[in-house]
Amino acid sequence: MQQRNLWTVLSLLVLATSVACGGGETGGDAPAAAPAAPAFDPSTAGNVSGMVMFDGELPAGVELMMNSDPVCAMTATNKTSSTFVGSDGHLGNVFVYVKSGLEGRTFPASSGSIELNQLGCEYVPHVMGIRVGQTLNITNSDPTLHNIHASPATNEEFNMGQPIQGMQFERTFTTPEVMVPFKCDVHGWMNAYIGVVDHPYFAVTGLDGAFSLDSLPPGDYVIEAWHEALGTQTQNVTVATGQTAEVSFTFAQ
Amino acid sequence: MTWLHVYARFLCAATLLLIAAGGMVTSTGSGLSVPDWPNSYGYFMFSFPLSSMVGGIFYEHGHRLIASSVGMLTIGMAVWLWRVDPRRWVRRLGVVALLAVIAQGLLGGITVLYFLPTAVSVSHAGLAQVFFCLTVSLALFTAPGWQRTAAAGPTAPHASSLTTERLGMALPLLVFVQILVGATMRHTGAGLAIPDFPLVFGGIVPPEWTFSIAVHYIHRVGAGLTAAAVLVTVAHLGKHHRDRPEFLRPAGLLTLLVLVQIGLGGWTVLSGRAPVINTAHVATGALVLGTSLLLGLRVNRHRFPDLRHRDAYLAGRPTLAGSNSAPEATV
Repeated sequence: MQQRNLWTVLSLLVLATSVACGGGETGGDAPAAAPAAPAFDPSTAGNVSGMVMFDGELPAGVELMMNSDPVCAMTATNKTSSTFVGSDGHLGNVFVYVKSGLEGRTFPASSGSIELNQLGCEYVPHVMGIRVGQTLNITNSDPTLHNIHASPATNEEFNMGQPIQGMQFERTFTTPEVMVPFKCDVHGWMNAYIGVVDHPYFAVTGLDGAFSLDSLPPGDYVIEAWHEALGTQTQNVTVATGQTAEVSFTFAQ
Repeated sequence: MTWLHVYARFLCAATLLLIAAGGMVTSTGSGLSVPDWPNSYGYFMFSFPLSSMVGGIFYEHGHRLIASSVGMLTIGMAVWLWRVDPRRWVRRLGVVALLAVIAQGLLGGITVLYFLPTAVSVSHAGLAQVFFCLTVSLALFTAPGWQRTAAAGPTAPHASSLTTERLGMALPLLVFVQILVGATMRHTGAGLAIPDFPLVFGGIVPPEWTFSIAVHYIHRVGAGLTAAAVLVTVAHLGKHHRDRPEFLRPAGLLTLLVLVQIGLGGWTVLSGRAPVINTAHVATGALVLGTSLLLGLRVNRHRFPDLRHRDAYLAGRPTLAGSNSAPEATV
């Protein structure tokens, strides 16, 4: 009896980690046929895709003054803020996720880790998403000192130093929170935002403003789009089996 | 001027520099740029490479180095006083200063390790001013002029007016409270809660109230009250104590400092909290406090043990310590 239970658990774990997951540019992990409640048959899944637009001319990026650290001044390849990025009316660096509609469902833990790099005295990526409990691997790729200071509202705050190039450390988050701000207090221009969610349905728009949330269970959802300077917008959407629902957001200043 | 007094003045100046350095830490948002304490990125504080003092580390680690130097200077001050000063209360004040600087260092460490909690950060800012007051006091008490007054005995000139004495005591307290409100404003990010100056959202009273707006507004009202209190004190001294240059000099300086301070406060808002302007506002606030304290101590000179005891001794009454020994040896 015990052996059978063990095999069941192992099978579910293998299934959970082997099924491709997630949606969107930087993607979370897609749901697997794991012990979710209520049960979700992947063959009934639908998708949400869309575009995030900016109404008007995108504000010019602010030039970053990096003179306070000669290493940054010499090595940085991008000296413009990443707050407003996009092209042709499309808005990038927008975190899009399912805000509600998945209550009561559980999803298998994500197997992989998410990378946050400090490269050229900026955070790469600038906006990203992560699952609750998923490992965040933070690396200093710069030949200068950085501190990584996360100041969440509900998760545990931390501030760690990485004085040596190549240093890494790992963190996890225990509670959903959109967004967790990160900053480097050494280099005041360095900041990043991480959306922590308890499901795999999130994405970050690229320069083309596009996003997709794949393999959603059929149902009604609230989709939220978050931008660091423009705030949030939400839309209701109904996902039907085998269908892709289109959702667009338009931000303006 | 004795070497001890020169040393005390140097400690006082070093403390002002330390307050300014702390102001730069907050003004540049560098308070957490060195995440560990008492080490700096794992290095022993004094072995941290100078080449790594970049960005916010320059301000935060620089602040720590200056603080350590002030701490050592304070140890020197306490030891020196203990060895040479015949006044027990001055020797004890040296020890109090040492305890204060130790507590200040611990508060600085705690505020870093706990991510700048407002209560701790404001306490750190407040204790900095208290410590500065202690150094100002020590510089004054070791001054030849202060000690000459004691040597003059019961005929030493007193502040003749009770009003003068009370103004002298109230003014530094008022300035200190004003500084605490300013520190609260600073450490809760309310420095620009009212974005215009000298008006308040184009009027006199804020149209709406939040905690930030309230703290900011109280600080502005406090500035007005402080300026009024200074003017009243200066006017009183000018009217009743024209023959007391030791009162009028700090009073004149205080007037100038308060005007500069209000200007810097407005400039801080209008500049969007430019770090250098903001820090100048903090440092000038300390100077206003120190000068008002100096004035308050001078107008209350006769209340200090070395004069009180001498009067009692010469009048044939027992000293406060219940001893009939010479006042220089007991106080």
